[in-house]
Order: sequence, then structure tokens, then C-alpha cells
Amino acid sequence: MAYFEIPKLSRMVSKVWLRNWDVFMKTFKVNFVPPFIEPLLYLFALGFGLGTFIEDIDGISYARFIAPALIAISIMNSSFFECTYGSYVRMYYQKTFDAIIATPLSIEEVIAGEILWGATRSFINAVIMLVVISFFGLIEFPSSLLIIPFSFLGGLLFASIAMCFTATSPNINTLNYPSFLFISPMFLFSGTFFPLSVLPDPVRYFAIAALPLTHVVSIVRSLTLAAPGEFILFSLLWIVVVSLVLFVLAVNLMKKRLIV
Amino acid sequence: MVVVEVPVIEAHGLRKQYGDFVAVDDVSFSVNEGEVFGFLGPNGAGKTTLMKMIQCVSPKTGGKLEVFGMDVDTHPREIKKLMGVVPQDSNLDPDFSVYANLMVYSRYFNIPHADAKAMTEELLDFVQLKEKKDTIIEYLSGGMKRRLVLARGLINKPRLIILDEPTIGLDPQARHLIWDKLKSLRAQGITVVLTTHYLDEASQLCDRLVIMNQSKILVEGKPDDLIKKYIGTDIVEVEENPAAIKCLEREGTKYEVVRGMIQIYTNHPREMTAALLSNCDLGKITARSATLEDVFLKLTGRKLRE
Repeated sequence: MAYFEIPKLSRMVSKVWLRNWDVFMKTFKVNFVPPFIEPLLYLFALGFGLGTFIEDIDGISYARFIAPALIAISIMNSSFFECTYGSYVRMYYQKTFDAIIATPLSIEEVIAGEILWGATRSFINAVIMLVVISFFGLIEFPSSLLIIPFSFLGGLLFASIAMCFTATSPNINTLNYPSFLFISPMFLFSGTFFPLSVLPDPVRYFAIAALPLTHVVSIVRSLTLAAPGEFILFSLLWIVVVSLVLFVLAVNLMKKRLIV
Repeated sequence: MVVVEVPVIEAHGLRKQYGDFVAVDDVSFSVNEGEVFGFLGPNGAGKTTLMKMIQCVSPKTGGKLEVFGMDVDTHPREIKKLMGVVPQDSNLDPDFSVYANLMVYSRYFNIPHADAKAMTEELLDFVQLKEKKDTIIEYLSGGMKRRLVLARGLINKPRLIILDEPTIGLDPQARHLIWDKLKSLRAQGITVVLTTHYLDEASQLCDRLVIMNQSKILVEGKPDDLIKKYIGTDIVEVEENPAAIKCLEREGTKYEVVRGMIQIYTNHPREMTAALLSNCDLGKITARSATLEDVFLKLTGRKLRE
């Protein structure tokens, strides 16, 4: 079976999305807590705590420097964890996918719905964080409003990456590998808490070429500072292309795993 | 007038292979509209694989398989629209209540909300789960879960329902309730296909059945016909002892020894019993009706399957 076969999708994808939305809304109070608390913790600890020892970075305060990174990290985490652990539980333990493909829906549509839902989680969390952070006056408007649509695209990227891992993970514990070997380093080395320019050239090029969060941080920071970086279009293109390729790959890998 | 029965499912030379392992080997059968059709066989006979191919979720390796006259490879969406499925493990959605399970499932069939609500109420009534409407799946008993899966399989008003081991692990009351429901589905003209290794279930429910073993279909027919053909109407049983065997050999009577019992297959239990009692010096002797279980064990062997 081909790894890059273009999946045939219909509007029924929305029914899978809607199933996850219904579950999410049942427990919405719990779900809305992390995006509220997380930026507050990081801003106080790093921005206003650690930040008092740090000089301005490129003429901006440390809190203003990390505020966009917090949003970018949230975009990454929400969809990544939704489409790894969340999807794995639905696939393997709850047999939700099996139940759905006994109906007119296809496995391609189930996976597409899961990935779109992952992206939606990123969108929801990014919007909440945007509101919280804006109260500290750390981000510029109106340019920061563009983060709202962008968060969905960024979410799509990490949801697709996540689904590729879910499709190839032999069990739920092995999902810890991408979490610790991929997500954790990215959290630290993607221009999040210090500028990429301080890194040695090879590491910096590696970050730009292979760490998706680098591009998400760079775009979000351009928007919160209302100062488009020189690579913003390159980053956007990188995200679009990688998302599309990995979306198709994820669907095919899942099909390979589940349709035997 | 000649009535031409259009088969609901038609398989010819159907094969399924996983690597070197052949799970379903050159299987042919047809299921007619409105009948209850059973697939019997020990564990690993290929029943579940076969069901998955009919459900269009597992692609066939070779041969022909049509459901409602449509090829499973090219028309899965159309076929699945007309079909209900009750899988072996109750894959109900643990995130939802009983009611929401049916409502959420109805969306996958694009059933309009109002119709789905009416249908859900009707089905909860049918499977006697009305009072459990708002219960979370976790708190249902095994029997209730099975009934809910059955209701879920009926949400799209299917013309064909496929049940994989519908009563596995249920207590007798719960089993009988499921049987009653299946009988009433049949009365409504719905074609029912089921797998089971409960022989009493098969003889109770099935109009026709096949017995599978090691990926192949061994026999096909009506339960009573199969019993008559392979066993006879009755079985006379005698406790195993050398004298009895000697006597049976002398009389030229065919027999089998099964777990300490000598079994003699016959259509004339009275005469056979009388003859044995007068000609041989036997201990305890009993005559009983032959069952599907006898056919099953005779054809599939008595070895344990794992």
C-alpha cells in the first residue's frame, strides 16, 4: 500500500470531529483550566521572575519575548497530545474507530476527523491564552488576532505529526519516546526561551530544518511584536507543506495499521 | 410462479490470507433474504475474519463477495448503509451515556436529528433499556451492554444485521432475551447472520448454518437435516467396558468411544437399545436425541483449540 495515496474524504469527517467535540464539551470546565493557568505560571516564573535578571533581548523585555513562545508551545502540546495519547486510547482501548468504520464512514475519514479535532484543540487553547496574555499588555494588536486562524494551521501540523507516531507506536508506552525525544527538546530549542542566534550554526540550521516549533514560534512572535521577521513567509510555507505531506502520510499509516 | 430468491450475501471462492497464514480458504455460500444464517466453528476457524470481510472492514485476498448484489471492494459505503453490526467485543463509546451512544452513532449514518431521537426511543424500548437511558456505559451489566450494542446495530434500520458471538459471556436469562430479540427481528424480515460456538443457540435460531473448521466450510444445511445426515436421529450411549466393545464388534454395530462413553448413532433407538440389552451384557445404557453438538464434534474433532 502506498504511503502517500491521497485520501478520499467526504463531509462525514465532520461527524468524527463532532463526536470529540461532544466529549470535550461534557467536561469543558476541566478542559479550559490548563490554558488559563499555564501562561500565568510561566509568565510569573520566567517572564517576571527569571526575567528580572535578563537584559532585553533585541530591545524587548524577556516577558514580551517569551509570551509568543508560550502560545506556540500550547499550539504544539494541545494537538500533539490529543492525537497521540488521546487518539491512541480511542483507537486501541475504546475501539471507537472500529465502531465508527462499521458505519458508512471510512477509516480515512475517521483519521482526518481526529486530526482536525487535534487542530481544533490547538485553536481553542491558543485563543484562551491570547486573551489571558493580552491582559498583561505583552502583545500587539491587531496583528496578534492573526494568531487565531494561524493556531489552527499550527495545530494541523502537530496533529499530523502526532498521528504518524500513533500509527506506528506498538503500544501506548512507546508514545513516551516522541514525547521526550522530540517534543521536550523542541520546547527548549526552537527559539522559545532564548533566541536561536545564540546557538552554534549547525544546531541552529537543524532547528530551522527539522524542528517544526521553530517556525510556529517565529510566526507567532512576528505577530505578537507586530514586526514580521524576514523568514515569516518561508516559515508559513514550511508549515503548510509539511502539514499536508504528514497529513496524507498519517492517514495512510493508520489505514495500514487498522485495515488488515 | 417461480420465486427467485436474491441472495443478500453471496461468496464464491472467497479467500483471506495474512502473510503465510490462510484465515479463510476458498469459502462459498449464499445467504437469502429474511433467513437467520449461522456460522459455527471452533476458535480460529475463520468466522470473525469472514464477518469482517462482509462488513467491508477487512479487504478480501481473493474470490468473489457481494452483499446486496454489490462488490465489497467497490461499494463499502453503500453496503454499510444497509447493514447493522454487533461486534464480538462491545465497543460502545465509554465517553457517553446509553442514550448518547445511540444518538452519536446515528450521526455516522447521517440520520436527521428528529428521526434519530424517535428511533433511539423506540430501540431503547425494544431492548428494554429505557430506565438506563442516562447511565454511563461503565455501569451497565454485560447483558445490558450487549442489548445496547444490538440496539446500536439497528439504528439505521438495516436490512441485514451481522452478529459476532452475540451471547458470549452472558447468563442464561440474558441469552434468552437476546434470542427473543433476534427472533423478532427475523419476524420483521431482517436477514440475520451470526457466528457462535454455542450449539444450542445455533439450533434454536438458525434456519441454515455452515460449520467451519480450519478456514474452510465443512458442511452447510438446516440444523435438523445436518443432524439426520451425520448422526441420525438418536444416540445410544453405554459406559465404556471391554465386554460391551467385544459384543458390539461381534454384532457388527458401528460405534465411537468418546470420553469414557460408547456412542452408537442410530435412527432406531428403541430397537437398538433392546437389541443391545438382549445380546450384550451391558451396564448403564441411555438413549437420547442427537444434537447439533454431536455433529459439530464429529466433524471438527475433539481436540482443544487454542
